[in-house]
Amino acid sequence: MEKSYGAALRPQMNLKLLLLRFRTVIALLVIIVIFTILSNTFLTLQNILLMTRHVAINAFLAIGMTLVIVSGGIDLSVGSILGLCGMIVGYLIDAGLPLHLFGVVVYFHTWFIMIIAIAAGALIGSANGLIITRLNVAPFIATLGMLYVARGMALLSNNGSTFPFLSGQKGLGNTGFPFLGEGDILGVPVPIWLLVVVALIAAFVASRTPFGRHIYAVGGNERAARLSGVRVNAIRFYVYVISGALAALSGLIVTSQLVAAHPASGETYELNAIAAAVLGGTSLMGGRGTIGGTIIGSFVIGILADGLVMVGVSDFWQMVIKGLVIIVAVAIDQLQVNISRVAAIQEERRG
Amino acid sequence: MSGDVVLRAQGVTKVFPGTIALSEVDFNTYAGKVNILVGENGAGKSTLMKIIAGAEQPTRGTLSMDGRPVRFRTPIEAQAHGIGIIYQELDLCPNMSVSDNMFLTREIAPRNVINFKKQKEIASDILGRLEHRIDPDRKVGDLGVSAQQVVAIAKALVQNVKILIMDEPTSALTGNEVAILFRVIRELKSQGVAIIYISHRLEEVLQIGDYITVLRDGKVQAERLVSEVDINWIIETMVGKSLSAFLPRAEHAARKVILDVRSLAYPRPEGGQYVEDFSFHVNAGEIVGLYGLMGAGRSELLECLIGLHAEASGGVVVDEQAFAQGMSVDERIAHGLILVPEDRQAAGIVQSMTVANNMTLASLGNYTRMGVLPRKPGLGEILEMLRNLSIRVSSPEQQITALSGGNQQKVVVAKALLTKPKVLLMDEPTRGIDVNSKSEIFTIMNDLAKSGIGILFASSELKEIMALSDRVLVMARGRLTGEFRRGQYSEADLVNASAKDRAGSANHT
Repeated sequence: MEKSYGAALRPQMNLKLLLLRFRTVIALLVIIVIFTILSNTFLTLQNILLMTRHVAINAFLAIGMTLVIVSGGIDLSVGSILGLCGMIVGYLIDAGLPLHLFGVVVYFHTWFIMIIAIAAGALIGSANGLIITRLNVAPFIATLGMLYVARGMALLSNNGSTFPFLSGQKGLGNTGFPFLGEGDILGVPVPIWLLVVVALIAAFVASRTPFGRHIYAVGGNERAARLSGVRVNAIRFYVYVISGALAALSGLIVTSQLVAAHPASGETYELNAIAAAVLGGTSLMGGRGTIGGTIIGSFVIGILADGLVMVGVSDFWQMVIKGLVIIVAVAIDQLQVNISRVAAIQEERRG
Repeated sequence: MSGDVVLRAQGVTKVFPGTIALSEVDFNTYAGKVNILVGENGAGKSTLMKIIAGAEQPTRGTLSMDGRPVRFRTPIEAQAHGIGIIYQELDLCPNMSVSDNMFLTREIAPRNVINFKKQKEIASDILGRLEHRIDPDRKVGDLGVSAQQVVAIAKALVQNVKILIMDEPTSALTGNEVAILFRVIRELKSQGVAIIYISHRLEEVLQIGDYITVLRDGKVQAERLVSEVDINWIIETMVGKSLSAFLPRAEHAARKVILDVRSLAYPRPEGGQYVEDFSFHVNAGEIVGLYGLMGAGRSELLECLIGLHAEASGGVVVDEQAFAQGMSVDERIAHGLILVPEDRQAAGIVQSMTVANNMTLASLGNYTRMGVLPRKPGLGEILEMLRNLSIRVSSPEQQITALSGGNQQKVVVAKALLTKPKVLLMDEPTRGIDVNSKSEIFTIMNDLAKSGIGILFASSELKEIMALSDRVLVMARGRLTGEFRRGQYSEADLVNASAKDRAGSANHT
């Protein structure tokens, strides 16, 4: 009973299936072509860099969201974590850390402030993870609660006001923060470099480490994963930690680009992140999704938003169009799943 | 044979893709009698009952009631003809109250407003008749299994039933509750209700039954008066020629003890025990069968061993290494224990993954270099498994859901073997797979035992247990009620031990 195992890569694979599999890429190309025709400033280097910078903010959230969704959960708190961590940075640069006991105010170095903010994001994520795994609260509810808690804390941190002028002071050694969002290296904006690095690491972790495989297994069938020796609760915990840390990173970039920390930053961003993951083929049922797909999904959402602004579509119509794109994309996704299954069964019969 | 036939099935055949579940079955249901239906798992009992209850349509054949042909396209049509069924998996909504469950879809609702008071009165009345004064307002999910069983029976009695089908009604009941159920059955009989009673507990069958029909491999073997038969006749008719005849197996030379279990106990949250004071051992290279009826606690025992239940207590030693209380599943796997679970879809495979990813899931740590997996982890091992277990796939990258049940099961076995186990636990390893795959799984198990792995497998099929086991442990209501060496017992010994409530005189070794 010898068989050739290269058979799966049969070249005569259904054209329909091929089109469906690359539907998001095709959608992205179609959007780019349409906007290029409608606006002559759309496909300029400057505009592309600007749009990519916008995309990056959502993409960081969407990468974390993808890992969470693949594990079978959801993280609604990322927008609030983004806002809160931005406020932490603003607080530490503008006001420093007052130590009343010693009567001094400590100003940290910019690097250290950024690390504190990301650690804070990871900490909130770990709170999500603990609430979900230890207290058995459904992820939707746990992170919905955290959405309010973190947002409230962001508002409390400066009584609802913005921390402005985050350029820092030379004498305090905390200058240079705006470089993160606005600077560039070799002509490419820093957020884009960061996105490339984070996306590559995330894609590698997801596909080439036991941790990544285990995320897919937990989301695909938690019981089977448990019986295979997967530490289900640890996996579910860590995806929220990662999501929280990436939300904090996104918060740093937003804050840096504005050179100010605004307590309402990131409101509803969690929905954009979910939309990007879903557009990229992530199943809300868990077990299915890729980082690459999510990045493309982020570009579709980001470019659609910026492009519609450029060609002068009103805000209200923008929302309608974005919503329709998401619905159509998921409907097509379902179609693809069904067609793939039928194709697989047919192949099984033939084989 | 005489008597009033209220429902007659004639030449009923049911074909499922790939299998014939029922073949030319004639089945009579006598009014005011208890009509017993027995057969091993997969003999076709459930399919026949589903056809009678309108949940399945026969491929060929007819049903007639009181001499007139009937056709039930839905369970509701069957209900309208006075047929009630109590499924083994109770069809109750745990989130709703007892009386709401009993009146579900049959609400007393003049002008579309439910009369809760009236429903509760009737519910109390029926439960009183069953000698179970359960508060009709209690939530079903808060009740114990046996009380839920009573509610399911009460639910069937809400309508006027002519025929009541009971599928393993006593599997979760205690001896006392069984006695009450039998009183209820006798009362229903005296009112002219025909009972169709499916059970594996042959003692009970002899006690309560009037007529008995034996199914084997989708065919009726015999229909008799219960007063004319005994347990040995039933078993012989049910099992047929002993499987061991054409599945010869060299007895394995006894080697060292590879799995030693002392006083394993696993309490039920609602009181009582799933597993109680259970001690046994498995030798290297030995196949030990774990026989018991539905609800005896076989699956729970295996789940305790692999570490799914933190509340379980007792000593587990694998290859001279004692397990700490509450040791996690992955640590147990690392120590050489692995479980092939009973429910392949719910616990065996990850449906969203490929064959290759499923197979390597439990052993990924073996393929990493500095924490990183190669592009195709374990490809060599996977191809070897595909060959050794003759798993039919077009490629390891195929989605697991595209495989047949038998091939999926072999992938789950392969996954277990890739962890290099010393002891393989298998829960109903051949459930829901075709005959061919079954015998392939048997061969695999024999080969594994030869290679020195100790195997503990649970099954409710006598044939399977007798054909494969070097030694059989019998479990009843959480306890070890018998232990038998190959060739030193009969089917009746196993059946008797499986019906025991308490250990004691069950130490035939």
